Amino acid sequence: MCLAIPAKVLEVSGDTAIVDFGGVKREICIALLENVKPGDYVLVHTGFAIQVIDEEEAMETLRLWEELLSSQQVEV
Amino acid sequence: MELEKVLRGYRSAELAKKVVEHINALAKEVEEANIVHVCGTHEYTIVKSGIRSLLPPNVEVRSGPGCPVCVCPPSDIDAAIELAFRPNVVVTTFGDMYRVPSTKYSLAEAAAKGASVRVVYGIGDAVELAKKMPDKEVVHFAIGFETTAPSTAYVLSADPPPNFSIVPSHRLIPPAIEHLLNLGEARIDGFILPGHVSTIIGAKPYRPISQKYRVPQVIAGFEPLDVLIGVAMLLQQVVEGRSEVEIEYTRSVREEGNVRAQQFMEKIFEPVEAGWRGIGKIPKSGYRLRSGYEQYNAISRFEVEVDESAPDTKPGCRCGEILRGLCYPQDCPLFGKICTPRSPWGPCMVSSEGACFIAYRYGKSVKL
Ligand code: SF4
Repeated sequence: MCLAIPAKVLEVSGDTAIVDFGGVKREICIALLENVKPGDYVLVHTGFAIQVIDEEEAMETLRLWEELLSSQQVEV
Repeated sequence: MELEKVLRGYRSAELAKKVVEHINALAKEVEEANIVHVCGTHEYTIVKSGIRSLLPPNVEVRSGPGCPVCVCPPSDIDAAIELAFRPNVVVTTFGDMYRVPSTKYSLAEAAAKGASVRVVYGIGDAVELAKKMPDKEVVHFAIGFETTAPSTAYVLSADPPPNFSIVPSHRLIPPAIEHLLNLGEARIDGFILPGHVSTIIGAKPYRPISQKYRVPQVIAGFEPLDVLIGVAMLLQQVVEGRSEVEIEYTRSVREEGNVRAQQFMEKIFEPVEAGWRGIGKIPKSGYRLRSGYEQYNAISRFEVEVDESAPDTKPGCRCGEILRGLCYPQDCPLFGKICTPRSPWGPCMVSSEGACFIAYRYGKSVKL
């Protein structure tokens, strides 16, 4: 029920957008977000975009964990 | 940057192995850690990727009341069924709810007996249906946690057609977490918090709970690595004696959440005490429509009598205990015997987010 799937925004028009779920295109509602732009990745739940995915944060979190775990292995 | 490339990093088996080693090292510093998650999608990730079998014996991850379909009280399902039998009414529901057994039967069985029920992907489809059928009343069965409630709030704020209304049955996660802690039935050393509920509400609403009950909480995403890192972050807090709310799911969850979505919810709904199937009443854990929007409440519009005295589950079903983190699906003697996804005896065997369904379909939910 709380599943939300990432999709790439292709076109924006008012409160709706056309998005691409890995090849499947659909119209969704973007009224719950401000400033959605083509090229953004959004999380879509029951036809509504609920957040813009922050790819840089995602990479940063991974990088921090990679770093933390490799430094710990050196300590051991 | 292509998102797929980023997400591949979260599926890295190599990094997962290192995180498991890290978890093992941390676990040596604690006597025992009982972690509870509150999201059906987390249960799916945990079972599907065998996370329980990767954890050391003194670290457990149990599922809590994280399946909206499972916790929806039978009295609400009965109300939706009664409406669906009214001559001029069409009830729309999410697919997950369609086959959930209520006191007498499910919406699916009601449809087989002639009730008008349509499965929709989202509330937007229900509104479209109302526009296409102006001579019918379309009633949407509005269930779901904070992830789903903003879509309902948006639709009601955007002047829906006059023949559209809802059975309001949304539920809120932070009060349920607090309730589990108050019940004190299960030892809880930390919570893995739901990523998409928290995408909407942010980290803030959980902070008073961590302070009051001295319990660590981590908001985690849904890849196997997200859950493993979540467990590691919780153990780290336990080891250091901290009880904070931390965010692992940084690609989607911001401290303040989705403020615009919160504004829609705030405008349309106000929190009220609400019943949770198998758990009981929880203060301020449901939503009622604010005055000015009460006309969209199908229960009052069609004068439906809601009988809250109906029993929650059928005899023998242990769904309530599973939802309170007290046992695993395999502890239920009916699991896989009388109760299967084909003929579910209890609500946890129906939804793709129900712990019993997931355990039956994808593997052993018990740690080996
Ligand atoms: S296996 Fe079926 S009867 Fe047993 S707890 Fe789960 S849903 Fe209830």
